[in-house]
Amino acid sequence: MIWLIFAFGVWGLGWWVNTRLAAAPRTRVTGLVVPLIFGITLIAIWEGVVRGLEISPVLLPAPSMIAARFVASTDILWEDFVQTVIKGALSGYVLGCGSAFLVAILVDRYDFLRQGLLPVGNFVAALPVIGMAPILVMWFGFDWQSKAAVVVVMVFFPMLVNTVQGLADSSAMQRDLMRTYAAGYWATLLKLRLPAAMPFIFNGLKIASTLALIGAIVAEFFGSPIRGMGFRISTSVGQLALDLVWAEIVVAAVVGSAFYGIVALVERAVTFWHPSQRHS
Amino acid sequence: MIVEQLKDATEFHRVEPVISAKNLDLTFQTNDGPVHALKDVSLQIGKGEFVSFIGPSGCGKTTFLRCMADLEHPTSGEITVNGVSPEEARKARSYGYVFQAAGLYPWRTIGGNIRLPLEIMGYSKHDQAERVARVLELVELAGFEKKYPWQLSGGMQQRASIARALAFDADILLMDEPFGALDEIVRDHLNEQLLSLWARTEKTIAFVTHSIPEAVYLSTKIVVMSPRPGRITDVIESPLPKERPLDIRDTPEFLEVAHRVREGLRAGHLDD
Ligand SMILES: Nc1ncnc2c1ncn2[C@@H]1O[C@H](COP(=O)(O)OP(=O)(O)OP(=O)(O)O)[C@@H](O)[C@H]1O
Ligand SMILES: [Mg+2]
Repeated sequence: MIWLIFAFGVWGLGWWVNTRLAAAPRTRVTGLVVPLIFGITLIAIWEGVVRGLEISPVLLPAPSMIAARFVASTDILWEDFVQTVIKGALSGYVLGCGSAFLVAILVDRYDFLRQGLLPVGNFVAALPVIGMAPILVMWFGFDWQSKAAVVVVMVFFPMLVNTVQGLADSSAMQRDLMRTYAAGYWATLLKLRLPAAMPFIFNGLKIASTLALIGAIVAEFFGSPIRGMGFRISTSVGQLALDLVWAEIVVAAVVGSAFYGIVALVERAVTFWHPSQRHS
Repeated sequence: MIVEQLKDATEFHRVEPVISAKNLDLTFQTNDGPVHALKDVSLQIGKGEFVSFIGPSGCGKTTFLRCMADLEHPTSGEITVNGVSPEEARKARSYGYVFQAAGLYPWRTIGGNIRLPLEIMGYSKHDQAERVARVLELVELAGFEKKYPWQLSGGMQQRASIARALAFDADILLMDEPFGALDEIVRDHLNEQLLSLWARTEKTIAFVTHSIPEAVYLSTKIVVMSPRPGRITDVIESPLPKERPLDIRDTPEFLEVAHRVREGLRAGHLDD
């Protein structure tokens, strides 16, 4: 009962503080503090409710329990992180986005590719490619290579479609200007079309960053060596070690946000000139 | 005899047109049917001339200029630039083009934008820096080299785009309402600058404008156009001297030319 009252108390307090802060003029500090308070409040309520209602840890472990498990299993979590994020997701991301970028330049250059490949690309991009995971695991084996392959397949078409769209985004006048300089294909590509495509390219990179992590984790459900975040999640659920599952989820959430955040930061540095980035 | 021939040769050289259009026709196919943008346009522009095009909106001034620049292709008729086809002239980088809007690349600084044609045309780094500094001085944007286009006013952007067209050595300058967006004072000033630049460099300039005083003040030849279909209704050779202080605009000669341009424009309107 005490815990439930605690939960409601925290809820009220967090609410009150945040409405106060949100009403105040927006600054950098409130922009950071408001979501922070929101998150802390949520965790505190979670803790209070789980303890107050004595919810079984199999259904929902308390945050304190997850934290304890996290600290106790850093070596496992690190091993899984390396296996899934570095080897699976990251290598697949770099390979998939890199090849999509190069293919996009070819597609943009040769019209028959644009007419043939692009509709297929749009079709495949709309498919839940994760359904291909078992097949790819069969092809490339249990280790990280098959996970990277799943990631490549997942990120390739969104990246391709975005880049091709971006390469077509320069205005008629910007292209006319290049014509008056008798600029060749490469000069036009490097000095006009690629810079103009950057906002689209980064949009593709951001979409791909979330897809990569999902792909690498879920692909492990279909077979993997005895490490990896997806492997750990599926086996720990079987062993009712839900605290470890949640610890992995925390890692995934932090990694996913950090990944996206890094891409967004680079985007801001590269496309500083774009109206959407300018006064932010 | 030899003297005669020499004289003939120089005479010939003097009148050889830089731009020559014969019976130019251009029809745009649009969704609402064909638009006759140019009809039977013939014009000769000699070396070192300053020719203004004036006429109501939609009379084909931009289209004509774009034909000279090989950005638009006439449906029929003949046009040569520097004695060759517009395409060859474009590939030889014989003209600088100033568009109706500034069209600076937002990811490049002002200096970077002016450097763009120089990079493409392969000027040396040292030469690039020198030229950028010189043309920025010319349009009075020295000190703005490191700013980005969106940090400048519309008029400053337009001046930067003029500087961009002046940075490389083309002996033809095609300008599409370059001063349209500027206030009167700046415009006067840039008109003066442009005249002195023209006198110094002997460039051939084709210049589109909506302003009668501007056309008369700048030009050796004023081409009056009228719309639907776009055509030339009058070509006025200016009797004004090459040396033109701003207050020439109050002289009777000036007012007389301006009057004739106005009459030409009015006649074009009455045809409608
Ligand atoms: N790319 C195009 N496609 C179809 N129609 C066009 C195109 N460009 C111009 N036109 C039409 O051709 C005509 C002449 O246009 P143009 O731009 O040359 O006029 P302008 O004299 O420059 O007018 P303004 O003073 O407004 O700039 C107009 O009727 C215009 O609608
Ligand atoms: Mg125009």
